Amino acid sequence: MSLDVSRWTIDDVQEALRSRRASAQEICAATFARIATENPKNNSFLTLTEERAMARAAEIDRKVTAGEPLPPLAGVPLAVKDVILTEGIRNTCASRILGNFIAPYSATAVERIEAAGAIIVGKVNCDEFAMGSSNENSAFGPVRNPHDPERVPGGSSGGSAAAVAAGMAVAALGSDTGGSIRQPASFCGVVGVLPTYGRVSRYGLVAYASSLDHIGPFGRSVKDAATVLAVIAGRDPLDSTSAAVPVPDYLAALDDPVRGFKIGVPREYFAEGLGSDVRARVESGLAVLRELGCEIVDISLPHTEYAIACYYIIATAEASSNLARYDGVRYGYRTPESASLSEMYRKTRDQGFGTEVKRRIMLGTYVLSAGYYEAYYLKAQKVRTLVARDFSRAFERVDAIATPVAPSPAFRIGEKTADPLEMYLSDIYTITGNLAGIPGISVPCGSVPAPADGGSSDGRKLPVGLQLLARHFDEARLLRLAHQFEKARGEV
Amino acid sequence: MRITEKDVLYVAALGNLELDAAETARFVADLDSILSYVEKLNELDTSAVEPMAQVLYDAPETLTWRDDHERPGFPQEKSLANAPERGAGQFKVAKVIER
Repeated sequence: MSLDVSRWTIDDVQEALRSRRASAQEICAATFARIATENPKNNSFLTLTEERAMARAAEIDRKVTAGEPLPPLAGVPLAVKDVILTEGIRNTCASRILGNFIAPYSATAVERIEAAGAIIVGKVNCDEFAMGSSNENSAFGPVRNPHDPERVPGGSSGGSAAAVAAGMAVAALGSDTGGSIRQPASFCGVVGVLPTYGRVSRYGLVAYASSLDHIGPFGRSVKDAATVLAVIAGRDPLDSTSAAVPVPDYLAALDDPVRGFKIGVPREYFAEGLGSDVRARVESGLAVLRELGCEIVDISLPHTEYAIACYYIIATAEASSNLARYDGVRYGYRTPESASLSEMYRKTRDQGFGTEVKRRIMLGTYVLSAGYYEAYYLKAQKVRTLVARDFSRAFERVDAIATPVAPSPAFRIGEKTADPLEMYLSDIYTITGNLAGIPGISVPCGSVPAPADGGSSDGRKLPVGLQLLARHFDEARLLRLAHQFEKARGEV
Repeated sequence: MRITEKDVLYVAALGNLELDAAETARFVADLDSILSYVEKLNELDTSAVEPMAQVLYDAPETLTWRDDHERPGFPQEKSLANAPERGAGQFKVAKVIER
């Protein structure tokens, strides 16, 4: 029987290499065999990099044979969201406007995982320019949830989450601007981490909303996500927003006790709108934390109800500015039909961008336009201060905060596309973390029955995540808590 | 309706987007609904609140300054590699002077 690596963790890869049970090339080949059977079902990969991956795997095998020390991600098959540049590889941002763009350099996060021995197997699908909550806004078709092909994987990093959930990569990189790592992690039953703003360099991440964008890891376990985070975290002179804060040893502290931790449960996150099945799962998760010796404390984050309005002003304003660079001049798509430069700009952008991207450019341009700046953008920035202050006050009393990740499990493809506002509202529990710039994690918290909404998927189980949030740069505590939660909960 | 077709066409021009009739109609409705929703921010008195333009945490002010060393940029060939149209070492575009 051929090698099956579809449930392997990073430790499994390392152990196999050290014991010579499998070579990096065999692990890599087994991963591409898995991709060949699974990817047609869920459309996660936009570009496969098999030749490059096999060459790098051969390099790892050479190290193994020579008895050289193996770096922390040696031979680990890893998928990268198609908004994070990898030199020489096509980077589409799931957009027609960058359909033929070859990245001229690598993101710092990519350089770091490759220097740590990871094998990039391909670039994965997402919502166009990371704008969406369902992966339905891709110019290359939606990703399907590995737990139910009629449902979305979440978004925007849907391909990253689905690739890890379907065993097509051991880990993945994604980006999170309003929940785009945590929500798909929840929908696909994997672990996803939003690092603190400034923890991971964004050099080489195609910008969507610069004051809210983060790069972070996905894994099938908290330990795997922690291992990847440890590799990509830390100051990078190429990103002036990356912080010169030391990176602690996340792995060393994973098993330290969590007894006595105070966990805040914000009552606003359990109010109207939260599905009853999801609520029950999250409450059972809180019981697990209690069994671990944590003290559960009722807290209030009073400005929660303003977070979505605040976010969709700030994010779209920044997006309208960041996306002004796509004009058909230096790279990407250019309309074949234009008589003048200004017509070329307009037609290129109209033909190159999808509807949601245009919607956000329109909204962002509107709120920044003359006469509206103070009423919308400045107002939203002030409300952002209030949202962030809610968290800093809460963290004076508690060590971490526990909440649902999303109000529902994965919804059906097409279910929310008619009303953009309804789609935006589903981001309520994750957007606040980006506004405050604090770290968060989605860790699997069991499953719920698929809602009886017709179709063939009734009776299936859908995963649900628990979100944990912590103070700025307190990822170590977050990962430790999540790791022990994961162990204590077991497979439910 | 607070947003009119005229508003949408004006904003589209600012954003260098050429919308067709169907998109224009859709964005009138979408922008109207989203902008009505964000009105709720006006329930909050923020007259004494500082705007948050950056994520702030406890750190020295010069934390992220770096030394001003020169470093190599992209060579011309690499810079032009993704150009839709190029010539004589430059990006080529359509006629700039329109009249």
